[in-house]
Amino acid sequence: MQVEHKRGKFVQADSTTLLSNEEIKIPFLRKMRPYIILSPAFLLTIGILIPFGMAIYYSFTNFSFKYAVYNWIGLENYISMFKDPEFWHSVKVTIMYAGLATVIETVLGVIIALLLNRESVIAKSLRIVLIFPLVIAPVIATLIWQLMTNNSVGILSKWLRMVGVDNFTWGADPKTALFTVLVIDAWVFTPFVILLVLAGLRSLPKAPFESAMIDGGSAWFTFKNLTLPMIMPMLLIAVLFRLMASLQMFDIIFALTRGGPGNTLMTLPLTAYTEAFTYKELGYSLPYMLILWAFVYLISHYMVKYWSHTQKKASGK
Amino acid sequence: MKSNKVVSLLKDLGLLLYAMFALFPLVWLVIISFKHDREMFNTTFIFSPTLDNYRVLFSSGEFIGYFVDNLIVSVGAIILSIVVGVPAAYALARFDFKGKESIAFTFLSFRFAPEILVVLPIFLIYQKIGLYDTYFGLIWIFQVVSLPLMIWILRGYFEDISVEMEHAARLDGYSWWQVFIKMIIPLIKPGLVASSLLSFIFVWNNFTFSLLLAGQKVTTTTVAMLKYVSSDTVHYGQMAAAVLISSLPIIILALAIQKHLVRGLSMGAVKG
Repeated sequence: MQVEHKRGKFVQADSTTLLSNEEIKIPFLRKMRPYIILSPAFLLTIGILIPFGMAIYYSFTNFSFKYAVYNWIGLENYISMFKDPEFWHSVKVTIMYAGLATVIETVLGVIIALLLNRESVIAKSLRIVLIFPLVIAPVIATLIWQLMTNNSVGILSKWLRMVGVDNFTWGADPKTALFTVLVIDAWVFTPFVILLVLAGLRSLPKAPFESAMIDGGSAWFTFKNLTLPMIMPMLLIAVLFRLMASLQMFDIIFALTRGGPGNTLMTLPLTAYTEAFTYKELGYSLPYMLILWAFVYLISHYMVKYWSHTQKKASGK
Repeated sequence: MKSNKVVSLLKDLGLLLYAMFALFPLVWLVIISFKHDREMFNTTFIFSPTLDNYRVLFSSGEFIGYFVDNLIVSVGAIILSIVVGVPAAYALARFDFKGKESIAFTFLSFRFAPEILVVLPIFLIYQKIGLYDTYFGLIWIFQVVSLPLMIWILRGYFEDISVEMEHAARLDGYSWWQVFIKMIIPLIKPGLVASSLLSFIFVWNNFTFSLLLAGQKVTTTTVAMLKYVSSDTVHYGQMAAAVLISSLPIIILALAIQKHLVRGLSMGAVKG
């Protein structure tokens, strides 16, 4: 009886000491271990959390770079922002920019990924090099396109002149400015969608497609009922990443027109930048970004939820 | 059979059309970087190539300065991210503890926090504590870019290593620390290299933070390039050369880690 009891105890102790002996002696430290390991990373990013709290606080003040003193003014910044037609204009521009960029890049990205997912010589040789624009800094990409569309040396203007389009205005005219930034955004970020969708396509099982072919399903039928649902998880990740990034896009617009001509490209980030650094009204600029942040936070929260859902599904839990 | 060939040809044609759009700007940039200012306006493809643009670029030392500044802050940011990010990713992958997912999500949300929102209060703080326009100031703020990337990608790689292997090594008498250094680090090395280089690309390309938190003493290439355009005497050839030189390192890095690009860019969500 006693021997058995001892043996049982021994077995039990063995299974818990697999990780470490000292852990049993000091259970508190063991409990704290993950937090201790995480703390350097957390301390480093606390530097970001404090400013974030400050941003919320300053949004309730009339803080300005012009004056040394500032006062608590409650919701006044928010109220005047919601009354400001410029705010609604920038909401409209932001949504238009982000929506159009995401749709264009998704559609184009899926088409090109499908075309690349074949065994032709051209498809194979282009798979890697088509990614190049993605790693180029958006600001630099904007410079490249500015050079290309430059009136004196730009090759695009030269070609356009040859086909009779004399003075295409690109970023300089309110009518073509949005088009121009969208072209640049698509140039840089379509490869992102291509990359993710292509990875999805290449990991698909072959069997369902073979049986669809034997059954004589049309290409469109196969795409709609087989390919699209199967690459959906990856496509959704790509779309959400693009949507979040383009809602906050600053680099391309700033480098091309600084939000102009006039207020044509004044998205929320551009307006906040202008309020803070051109007009020096920091307190008034913050609500613009906090509204945008709340929106992006909601999207990312949804994304992570969906993400862990698909991962659980993939690992069969 | 014949119509299949036509369709395939059309598909290749579509690809080539997109390749024109994606790659021609870069090809043209290479061309004009070898072009003399004299020939800039009246020639397109036929001209006598010259290395003058590159020579001027490197002789002034100004551009080299921007390049070195960019290198210092990017490498510094990545080293700091590795030092604090690797243990953090390990903890998030291995241990079960209260608030784990919330902590992981907090790190991720830094990646999606609007840069302008982060930068406005940081701008005030940095000016007060003297970090404005310094290397360390930029290295610190770049953790917003590189640390979430590092933690989320590496977490996935750590999760791929089975716990049983770790337990086996512990039973053989290795301490936890020895197991970590001798076994786990070598196993995640590909992921570590990939996430470091990918973070490097993002930090190297960053514009908003370098524009608003530095610019006089410490100037990165992206900010410098924008000043280049605004100046009155624009030497297009030199600008093209500068763009190419500052983009070349990251194109090479991207090629080196192309196998890991998908997993990295989706922050571990897609295991391509």
